[in-house]
Amino acid sequence: MNAPATVSVPLCLSEMPRRKSGRVAGVDWDTLALPEARRLRELGLDEGVTVELLHQATFGRGPLACRIGRMTVALRRHVAGAIHVMPDAA
Amino acid sequence: MNQAPLVALVGNPNAGKSALFNALTGARQKVGNYPGVTVERHAGRLALDDGRPVELVDLPGAYSLDPSSPDEQVTRDVVTGSQAGERLPDALVVVVDAANLDNHLRFTLQLVSLGLPVIVALNMIDLARRDGLELDPAILSQELGVPVIPTVAVRRRGLDELKKALTATLQAGPVVRPGGGVVEDIVTLQRRARVISEKATISETAVRRWTHRLDAVALHPVFGSLLLLGLLFLMFQAVFAWSEAPIGWIETGVAAIGDLATSALPPGFVRSLIVDGLIAGVGAVIVFLPQILILFLFILLLEASGYMVRAAFLMDRLMATAGLSGRAFIPLLSSFACAVPGIMATRTIDDEKDRLTTILIAPLMTCSARLPVYSIMIGAFIPARQVLPGVGLQGLVLFSLYVAGIVGAFVAAIVLRRTVTKGESSGFMMEMPKYQWPRLNDVLLGLWQRALIFLKRAGTIIAFTTIVLWALLSFPKPPAGSDASPVDYSVAGRIGHQIEKVVAPIGFNRDIALALLPAMSAREVAVAAIGTVYSIDNPDEDSGENRLVDKLRSRWTLPTALAFLMWFVFAPQCISTIAITRRETNGWKWPAFMVGYLFALAYIAAGATYWIAIAIGL
Repeated sequence: MNAPATVSVPLCLSEMPRRKSGRVAGVDWDTLALPEARRLRELGLDEGVTVELLHQATFGRGPLACRIGRMTVALRRHVAGAIHVMPDAA
Repeated sequence: MNQAPLVALVGNPNAGKSALFNALTGARQKVGNYPGVTVERHAGRLALDDGRPVELVDLPGAYSLDPSSPDEQVTRDVVTGSQAGERLPDALVVVVDAANLDNHLRFTLQLVSLGLPVIVALNMIDLARRDGLELDPAILSQELGVPVIPTVAVRRRGLDELKKALTATLQAGPVVRPGGGVVEDIVTLQRRARVISEKATISETAVRRWTHRLDAVALHPVFGSLLLLGLLFLMFQAVFAWSEAPIGWIETGVAAIGDLATSALPPGFVRSLIVDGLIAGVGAVIVFLPQILILFLFILLLEASGYMVRAAFLMDRLMATAGLSGRAFIPLLSSFACAVPGIMATRTIDDEKDRLTTILIAPLMTCSARLPVYSIMIGAFIPARQVLPGVGLQGLVLFSLYVAGIVGAFVAAIVLRRTVTKGESSGFMMEMPKYQWPRLNDVLLGLWQRALIFLKRAGTIIAFTTIVLWALLSFPKPPAGSDASPVDYSVAGRIGHQIEKVVAPIGFNRDIALALLPAMSAREVAVAAIGTVYSIDNPDEDSGENRLVDKLRSRWTLPTALAFLMWFVFAPQCISTIAITRRETNGWKWPAFMVGYLFALAYIAAGATYWIAIAIGL
């Protein structure tokens, strides 16, 4: 993966402050199960795409609702944890 | 009539494809199945501007031509001409959500690369505008190399233009297929889609979307869960409260038809068959149509509004503890109406082990066919007294039976996930569509299709079983002067006697033994079957449900009745469920396993109930 220089700064999508958008800097595809990775690509996740953490289902370990591009997608935490995001400048 | 050109509607899930299909074909639809799979085939007819008819099929929504579910497999196979029972379409209408071009164009590009004539319906353009998005269809058309027609399916806008474009495309002649084949690389396609989407976007202003405001409540950890609980409560409340009046009408109607037949026919063999067998049997089942329709109404509304995925989202955490995902919530909720559509709805679950587990526990959800059995038993044996202010004992028992099924399913899922369906815990990833008002016509159409399926079942399988049971119970007749009961002397009585030996240890009597076999065709038949047994046993008595309650009270003990109720919580008494499981799992292994474990559970639960009830002196 040709990582740009910003890769050291990004946050995991699961750790982003809520309603703060950012761009995908990289994805740890290897940590995801194959069907998971494929579905994620089909939902349009790719480097450079705008993402945002929107909602959490339950306190603690529940799934997350995230914006990927123009879509809202429900993800489990470990998936969101594999997505590295460069927060947009405020 | 097979010569009418075939046009397939294709697109991502949530592109408004079905709304467009309904708008184009109206109620003139045929719902069938593709051979070998249980994917529904929705087809309809459409007249072009030049008067030529076109056959339109609505393909299941898909994200790409790389299928990850049986539904997506059918979509891929139809557009590539390799689906059995379907010819290669003469043209494709690709439906895309105007507000989600980045994503939907990727699948469009893949479809265009197939080489079939394509028209793009740029759907829900009004909602995109409301979200502050201005698009240029002409640029989009130029970039894609195919006609692009802006449409608003739910408001019937753009339909004439779409038909005009379709006419022109089909007149352009037969399909010439370049050997391009399917482009597989998702990432490349996705990037191209984003570039095209950007070019076609004239302006974009950020608007705070309605969906996000609603989600702030609906997905809230506290309010969202309360809202979901409230909706489920309302749903089950409505199933009972709203159905009372229509059930009364149907009962009156069936009784009137029965009386009419009684007075029109001479007493004897034929009258007994028609009145006691056919009318009573089918009538006992049709009574549940209102409850089934109310349940489906709620499920259709929850789905059409976009809320169902939110419910799955909220339930994911809980489902994960049983080794399932939030996705399983939707089929399981449908299974409260009927396990058959519930099991069919598991097709949206990608993970195979996850899907299999959901199929295996779906019959434990209390389907509406159990209601007749529950309500007659509760009516006969549970006193109608208040336990707490506003809480009656009868209602409480009914509620406990529902809970018993849910708890049973939960425990079964945990055990299954550790044994026969062992595997990695499955993921949960779902697109959450925008909220929208369900369209009345689409909901009514869905209800109408469900009602038709139910009535067909009542008119065929259930009528057939009832007649066969009646015949088996009626022959051979005991010789004149014998004091043997006609039922004990009949073929069914002798079979029932054998079954009784097996079920006697769990407190079941001859009547139950007799009812269990026909109840395999459908659970509700048990009520009709017990009624038939009694009316043949004592032909002089009046038939009818109230009389049946009295007869039950005088012949059954309370522990037997309770054991019978517990039996129905678990027992897989439904041929249709077994058949659909066989089709969905492609073989007899899993349905056989399901029948085995559920019967074992039913036997243990009923036996335990019976002996505990005896021990505590009930």
